[in-house]
Amino acid sequence: MVAAAITLGLIAILLAWPLPALLAGATWAYRRPTLGLLVWQLVALVGGFSMIVSLVLLGAATFATDLPDAATGMWRFVTHNELPEGSSVWSLLALSGALFLTAHLLLNLLVTVVYAERERARHSQLITLLSEPMSDRPGTRVINTPAPVAYCLPGALTSITVLSAGLLQLLDEEELQAVIEHERAHVRLRHDIVLIFFTAWKVSLPWLPTARNASREVALLLEMHADDNALVHVGRGSLARAITIVSEGGALPQRSELSSAMPESTPKELRARLLRLA
Amino acid sequence: MNSLGELERSVMDLLWANSESLSAYDLQAALASPESSGRELAATTVLTVLSRLEKKNFVVREREVRPHRYRAASVRAEHMADLMHEVLGGANDRTAVLERFVGQVTNEEAETLRRILAGR
Repeated sequence: MVAAAITLGLIAILLAWPLPALLAGATWAYRRPTLGLLVWQLVALVGGFSMIVSLVLLGAATFATDLPDAATGMWRFVTHNELPEGSSVWSLLALSGALFLTAHLLLNLLVTVVYAERERARHSQLITLLSEPMSDRPGTRVINTPAPVAYCLPGALTSITVLSAGLLQLLDEEELQAVIEHERAHVRLRHDIVLIFFTAWKVSLPWLPTARNASREVALLLEMHADDNALVHVGRGSLARAITIVSEGGALPQRSELSSAMPESTPKELRARLLRLA
Repeated sequence: MNSLGELERSVMDLLWANSESLSAYDLQAALASPESSGRELAATTVLTVLSRLEKKNFVVREREVRPHRYRAASVRAEHMADLMHEVLGGANDRTAVLERFVGQVTNEEAETLRRILAGR
């Protein structure tokens, strides 16, 4: 059991730093964002899981030889308040660590989801009052501002795509179609769900640079994923022009989530998106 | 179509357009006019919409007079600024957002982007 604990611990460490460092900015992921996103989700999931299980195994190793044995021991501790034979302060420490980490991750996920949901409701209320529905495009609304802005507000039941009057003025028909298809892909593929897990991970472990980088990288891959889906409907040139025009206008088309949910895309990331369209 | 939401928007548009406070009956009459929504609504419907808006802090109710009068809690532009603030990110620092609003990408970076586009 100790050997298994150590193996899982090593996997956890590997997935916490060296592997994500290799993964960030990998060109193969930019070429195939779906695969990139899958790998990032596996890294986060397996990393968290192996960390917790490694702590459990390490803690149980002193009083149990196999997993059922360990489970019985822990269960007796919970129900009868009896410490298993052979357990030490170290086993308690490791087990509490596993418990704490699990609770910490789940609670942060819950808080992040609740907070995002509240922000979303508030924003959607503002949008209802400040924008006009577009008669020819259902689910799309226009705000009267000169800044070229396009984003979507994904929701459990209804999703709103918001465009600005300034954007409509700057883009031609196909460029506009590119923006709309991009946002529609975000909504249809439920990118908000993927993103919220990585946001919660970042919030839970602010001291872990990997968590921060992962949420940035995942956000970028989601944009590329949406770009690829837009390309089914429009040409590369139109999409690239739309991205450039909007970013030069002071707003970003890829800012399709609320502020806290999606990190600001830096010009470097913009460039990565444009280069794959070239 | 979210008709309740559209109704809220019509009511807010009227309140934003009027510097003075309005009663529910004023609003009911104004909403029925063709230049607004052109809808004949029951007074209770208008009152429901108003109390919803009050709960969300978009509307202030003046309770000293009868019938109660309503006015917009803040001007439209302020809500618009709030919205843009959220859209453009930087939820914590208002000034940073306004700055970014002008120059999200520096001129130099914009030039690079233009070159990438021209070269394709």
